[in-house]
Formats: sequence, C-alpha cells, structure tokens
Amino acid sequence: MAVLSDSRLSASQKWTAIMRRFLRWLTTPHVILSIIMLAVMVYLVIIPLYRMITTTITVQDIDLRVIKDAEVGDFTWYHWVRMLTSKIAKIMTYEPLLHSIVVSLGATAFALVIGGLMAWMVVRTDMPGRNTIHMLATIPYIMPSWTIAMAWTVIFKNRTTGGTPGLLEYILGTPPPDWLAYGPIPIIVSSGLHYYTFFFLFVSAALLSIDSSLEEAGELAGAGRWRIMRKITFPLVVPAIASGFIMTFSKTMGTFGGPNVLGVPVKYYTLSTMLRSNTGIGNYGDGFVLAIVLILFAMTTIMLNQKLVGTRKSYETIGGRGFMSQKVKLRNFKGLLTGLVVVFQFLIAVLPLVVLLYSTFMLRTGDYSLSNFTLAHWIGKGDISINNGEPGVLRNPKIYLGAWNSIRLSLLTALFTSIFGVILGYAIVKGRGTRLSKWVEQMAFIPYVIPGIAFGAVYISMFTKSVGPIPPLYGTFALLVVVSVAKHLPFSARTGVSAMLQVSKELEEAAAIAGASPWRRFIRIIFPLTSTGFVSGFLLNFISTMRELSLIILLVTPTTAVLASMTMRYIENGNEQQADAVILILIFLVLIGNFIISRFRGGSLKKGLGM
Amino acid sequence: METTIVIKNLTKKFGDVIAVNDVSLTIEPRTFLTLLGPSGCGKTTLLRCISGLEDPDEGEIYIGDKLVYSHVKGISIPSGQRELGLVFQNYALWPHMTVYKNMTFALEIQKLSKEEMKQRVTESLAEVKMSGYEDRYPREMSGGQQQRIALARMLAYRPRVFLMDEPLSNLDARLRMDMRTELKRLHHISDATTVYVTHDQLEAMTMSSNIAVMKEGVIQQMDTPDKVYHYPANLFVADFIGNPKVNLLEGWIAGPDLVDLGKFNIPVPTFNHTGDVVVGVRPEDISVSTHAIDGGVEFITYSVLPTGADTTIIARKGDTELTIKEIGVSKLQMDQKIWLTFKKDDINLYDKASGNLITH
Repeated sequence: MAVLSDSRLSASQKWTAIMRRFLRWLTTPHVILSIIMLAVMVYLVIIPLYRMITTTITVQDIDLRVIKDAEVGDFTWYHWVRMLTSKIAKIMTYEPLLHSIVVSLGATAFALVIGGLMAWMVVRTDMPGRNTIHMLATIPYIMPSWTIAMAWTVIFKNRTTGGTPGLLEYILGTPPPDWLAYGPIPIIVSSGLHYYTFFFLFVSAALLSIDSSLEEAGELAGAGRWRIMRKITFPLVVPAIASGFIMTFSKTMGTFGGPNVLGVPVKYYTLSTMLRSNTGIGNYGDGFVLAIVLILFAMTTIMLNQKLVGTRKSYETIGGRGFMSQKVKLRNFKGLLTGLVVVFQFLIAVLPLVVLLYSTFMLRTGDYSLSNFTLAHWIGKGDISINNGEPGVLRNPKIYLGAWNSIRLSLLTALFTSIFGVILGYAIVKGRGTRLSKWVEQMAFIPYVIPGIAFGAVYISMFTKSVGPIPPLYGTFALLVVVSVAKHLPFSARTGVSAMLQVSKELEEAAAIAGASPWRRFIRIIFPLTSTGFVSGFLLNFISTMRELSLIILLVTPTTAVLASMTMRYIENGNEQQADAVILILIFLVLIGNFIISRFRGGSLKKGLGM
Repeated sequence: METTIVIKNLTKKFGDVIAVNDVSLTIEPRTFLTLLGPSGCGKTTLLRCISGLEDPDEGEIYIGDKLVYSHVKGISIPSGQRELGLVFQNYALWPHMTVYKNMTFALEIQKLSKEEMKQRVTESLAEVKMSGYEDRYPREMSGGQQQRIALARMLAYRPRVFLMDEPLSNLDARLRMDMRTELKRLHHISDATTVYVTHDQLEAMTMSSNIAVMKEGVIQQMDTPDKVYHYPANLFVADFIGNPKVNLLEGWIAGPDLVDLGKFNIPVPTFNHTGDVVVGVRPEDISVSTHAIDGGVEFITYSVLPTGADTTIIARKGDTELTIKEIGVSKLQMDQKIWLTFKKDDINLYDKASGNLITH
C-alpha cells in the first residue's frame, strides 16, 4: 500500500500524473467530439439566440429618429414597451399572436380528426385497399406545405384584394365569400390537409402496436365496443396523438407559406408574417421581440404537453406483435366509405397539382377558358406584354439559378447534417451516462423547439457582423446552409444515435483490443455498420431542405434565392402563373428525391418520411 | 509466454457504486484463473480494467513487467498495446467482414506479410477445428461456430494474455460442454495466462487452475478449485459453490469437537473455538441408513429426486431441513424414516458472527 500512496510522490510528480489523467480523458474520442460539438452548437444556437435577445434591448440605427438623445448600442426597453404595451401592440403583437394560435390549433385539430379517423378506418376496420390509402396519405406531406394554399387561391380567390377572379367565380359567376377566399379558414384547412399525414402515420402505428389482449380483457369484463374504444383504446393511443400534436402545432406556429399566401392579402397577419414584415423593413428590434414571443410560446406548448402526457401515464404501446384484433365490419358501408376515403385522398393529393398546372397555361389570370391557353409561362421567350417581359420558366436563367441553389443547398445541408449526425451519434452513445453526453443531447434538441421562421430570424442578427474568425455571412449562400444545418441538429442527433445504437459496443472494443486506433475503428468498423442509416438520413434531409421555406425566407437575397422562396416572390409580385410553375418544378424535384429514397428503402414511402 | 499479471489495490467506481473494491491479486504465468461470482459482483469490471477498456479509479496493474495502469502515475496504456486478447460474451465478430478479414484485422495492424497472415489464419482455424471457414460471414454460422471463430481471431494475433468474458453463456448446454473441453485444451497447449469470467460454477470448477470468488467488488477467496469446493473460506463461498447447495446449520460449540445443533449434536473438529457457529455439510458428505445405527440421527424423507446418475434427498427433522446426495438411483420412499451420519473430517465450521471458516 505504501508504494501506492500519494505521499511518497513529489509535488511535480503528482502534477504530471494529474495532467496525464486529464489529457487521457480529453483525448478519449467521444469526449473530444462532445466538446467540439458543444462548441459548434454554442456558436450555432446559443450565441445567435443571445444576440437576438440583446438586439431587442439595444438601440438600433433605425430607432434613432424616434429615440432622442440616444446612441446606437445603448440599452433600451423601447422595443419591448412598444411591442407589448403601446397602442400599436395590439396590431403588432397580440392580434398576430391570437391569429397564430387560432390557425395552429385549428390546423392541428383538423389534421388530428382527419388523420386519426383515417388511421382508425385503415387499421381497425375491414376496409380494403389499405396499401393504396397508405401511399396516398403521404403525398400531401411530401409536397411543400404551401402547395395546397396556392391551389386554394387559384380556385377560391375573389376580387376583394383587387386581383382577378378565381376558378370558382369563373365557373359559377358569383364570387366566393371572403371567409372562404382568404383568412383563417383557408389557412387552417390547407395546413391541416398538409399535416394530417403526421397523425395518420402516428396513430395507425400506435393502433397496430396495441396488444389486442388489452382490449380482449375489456371485452371479457363485459364492456361494449364503444366503451372499450373510449376507456382502453383511446388512452393507449394518446401518447402518439400527443407527439403528433406537438410536432404539428410547433410546425404550424412557425409556418410562413400558407399565412403569407392566404392571410397577408387581407391583412390577416400571424406572428410569422408580421415578423417578416418587420425584418423586411430592417426593424430588427421589433421583429425579434415577435420572434422571442413566438419561441416562448412554442416552448411553453411543448413543455405543457410533456407535462400533460407525463411519465406516469406513458407506457410502451408496443405489445404483442402479430396480434390482430377483431376488425369492425363496415358491412354495407364498406364500398361507400372506401370510395369516400380514396376520393378525398385523391382530391387533396392530385387536385392541387392539376389546378396549379392548369393555371400555368393561362395567358391572363382569371380567364380559365381554352382560348386563353398558352405555353408562354413555361417556354415563352419573354414578351414585354406578359409578366413584364420575363421569359417562361424553362427559359429563365433566374429559375435555373434558383433550382441550382435549391439543389446545392439541399445537398450541402444533407451532407453536413449527416456528418454531424455521425459525430453527435458517436459522442452521445459512447458517452452514455456522462454529463457531457447529456449536455450534447440536450443542446442538440434546442432548435426543435424554435419555430422555423424565428430560427431564421435568429440568424439575421448573428451574422451581420463578423464573429471571431467567421466573416459576416448575411446575404450569402453560406448562411442558408448554416441555418439549415443548425435547424436540422435535432434530426442529426436522433438519426445518429439510433444508427450508433445498432452497433453493439463490443464490436468497437474488440477492434480496440486488436490494436486499432480510434480513427481506424471508425473507418473500418463503425462507419461500415452505420452507413445505411446515414445514407437514408442524407436523402431525407435532402428533400426536407428542398421544400423548406419558413426557415430561410428572412435570409434569402435575389442571388441566393431558392425555388421555395421564388414561389413567394412571384406571388407577392402578382405573377401567379410563374409562382405556380415554380412550385411544380419544386414538387417535381422533391418527388424525384422521394422516388430515390423509396427505392433505397425498399419501396416504403412511409419509411421514406422518417417516421 | 511467461506472463504474470499483478494487480495492486485496484478500485473502480461507477457513480456511487463501487464495482471493484481495493482488489490486490497476483496471477502467476500459465494460470487459468476464473473470476467467479453472482452478477454485479464486479468480475467483468475487473476483467475490463485489466483489458484497458475500463479505466480504474485507483491502483496499479502490471502485465508481465510492463506497468499498464497506475493511478498515481497517471499511466494507462491503451488496450491495443497491452498484448492481450479478449473473447466477448456475444462474440463481437464484425458482421461486415468474412472470417478471414475478422482474423487478419489485428494482423494488418501488426503489419504482418500476406503469407504470414494466411499461415496464422490457417493455423488458428485448425486449432479451433474450423478449417475451411475463411470465406464465411458471421451470420452464416451457428452460435457455436461463431464462438470458435471469436477464439481463433484472438489466437491468430498471439496475445500474451487471454481474457474471456462469459464466452460460453450464449451457447446451449451441449455445446457448452464441448467448448469447455476445447478451451481447456487450448490453454494447455498455448500456456498463455488466462483470466476467465463466469457466473457458472461448473465452468469454473472444470476448467480453472485457480478460482477467485468475488462478491460486492471484493475477492472472497482465491484458491484451487479443489480447495474452494472443500474448504470454502466463508459462508458466502460455501453457499455459492456446489450443486445441490451446501447444508448450513446454525448451532453452538457444546464441548471439544462437538457442536450442538438444537435437535441433535454433531461431532466436528472445533480447534478450541467456542460460541455460536454455522456448520457446513456438503450433501454428498452425509450417508443414509434405512435402519437405526450407532451415532445416526433420525430424519424423515420429505422428497426424493432422482436424476439418474444420482439422487437428491430432502430430509427433515422438525424444522431442520437437509439436502443429501446419493450416488445412483435411491430406493428411498417419501415420508420414510432414515438415519443420517456425517463425515466428520469433511465438515466445515464457520464463526457465526464473521462468517469465516474456523481452522486450527
């Protein structure tokens, strides 16, 4: 024992030992990777958030004309006071907040009802054609979220906003009422139809995995079918519904496309569109107050939801596999209901595309007759009488630039997201149980609770000036990549962790014993065994970035515009046909990406959505 | 390959749990040492500390004359440089590599020539009787075959020390028997120092040259299998080793070489001790007579359980219950009167308070 006691060692020997131990800890691969990732995430998430908050409490250039005797950079409560308590607070903050809540709740509830009902019918009744229904259900979600909104305007718009009549008015002769043309109802319906896929997939997975003996036990206890539904089945799928609810609600809170297409023309602002109109005129102080309100609201919702569906009531819904509970017989209604479901799905999956395509062939908007048919918006050479002389989209270099930007943004985002996924997965899984690993995991989750448009707003303030060695990125293409990669961090971490968990730790340890360096272990053992997970993660990121709008809308410039943002610009400029053509090109690209995924994953579109 | 492993005052904690508690241990060259104990006793952790996959919190480890770990000196040599091989419970064969690639992975790192690698692989596969499996992938083989390949993979790079972490526990009973035979042969041929972890006492008894019985991070007894079985150092070891279990009867020393067990007395060497004791009698050290004999204690059979090779008899006297093992098929009936005698010299006596074996 005497040999081992510290007392015999000199102070310098002790110091050497401590340094050696520290260095050994530090050079453990997962430790060093965790530290690097923490630094990256502090830079990508924490600092921008901090900057955003400080911007709201300092005097900006634009404020000098209203705040007397102040200099840029001084501390001020001006923005908060103005946005929360002044006379314009109602218009600037509270109404948009209310609208956001109404629209998000409405869309989520609508999606829940449709998705849940359809899931129940597919899983628990003897409805035929379940595979077809399943496939059709995923299509609206694959398309950009504002696709249906754009098709909606083509059909239902009226001349309230001074434009041309919609298809419905053209056919019926009378304009649709305002509530059907613009505002909350159209936004709710169009977003709900986009997001119902979430609930459909979540609820049908949960229903499928319920151990039917739980229901049979209820039946033996003498409960009727309805009672079993209410008291047993429904509570068991509540966790699935809740997670679908959180996802949908937080996504719709930060959605920009739908509210911009259907709300802004009639001054029905949500937080996201109000945020855009503030930052659009350089009023960052006010805009960021809105962004913070939005973030706080989304965070509260998520926390509230986690509390409601707390751990006490959470249970593994995965029970006996292969069980098939008794199916409800639809009897005479079988044909009718199946028909209804398929027609409904077909309508929301295909009709919008048809309508959008049709509108691109109209020489002048509002005239839907065949005599107005033209290919000018696709292949026209640029007639000064059409669209201010812009050539058809297929001949327009701007469109090609946008498409190229979309593709390279998606490729780069997917690439970096995959790389971060590998690193995060390794750092979190290998460090399981350590504090460092927990920090990395939690920090990677933060972007999840920040709505897309607010996350984009965070980056405006971050990169207007140079930070450390990084040059100012505002207005550059690189900024779009940075923000997309940062927003995908939670996804990276999740894919990475689940891929890493596939590899038992002994496989790496066996290689360590054999004398392989960490790098060699990674290249020869870990990477080959996890690569399929990362390849499919790569493809998923590719298509999800492609149709991303809310996140980047505040950050694009004419040279960095992507297809998604171009659809908005064309709509705002009143070039409806171009907008519709561009979104069709975008959908085309997304469908190609999705086709590759489904081939890669053995034909399952459902898996293709990463659910 | 004369490799001694010396462990000094090794401690490893996981949070507040002390997995290995101040363990000191010398493993002589060519020993087949088994770390035996119930799950959670720290045996696997100790093995992983030796391998370098786990960094201890205190102590020192020498492999041969190389100091591979020292807390106070801040030294910890990576696993790969400790010249040892480890066979895992789940084999840990790399699923994306053929048997050949699995086996040459370490050899490539050692920069052996192609011919040498091929020769090593052929030799090692022959040693585990798996010649001709070079091109198979792990999932194309049965569990037993995978286990042999895992062994061959270790043999191929000629480590100085073999470490094995419950390598047989995923195999069925028959294969386990075969593998025990092979492992003992392999150790015999190679003479590498082997540290083997198991919770299966039969594995420990059959293969080891030494057994270290562990409980709560502490080595309770380190001895030859014979000593561990016949002279368990304390009640825990006595109770853990042996199947059926040892009979432990509480009593007190009533006089020189006599222990009073309440309902009857039993003659045992007491080495001048006094006070409360526990008597440990192995089931096979009790003989049964169907008629009253001199010195025999009357019991009644409670249950008779023949296995074919032997018979386990549960006998009762009031609330005292004894397990007895007889060779062959017993003719005893249930609820039959029997008279038991105890082999005086094979009985162990434990101090009740400390639980330690009383000797001399």
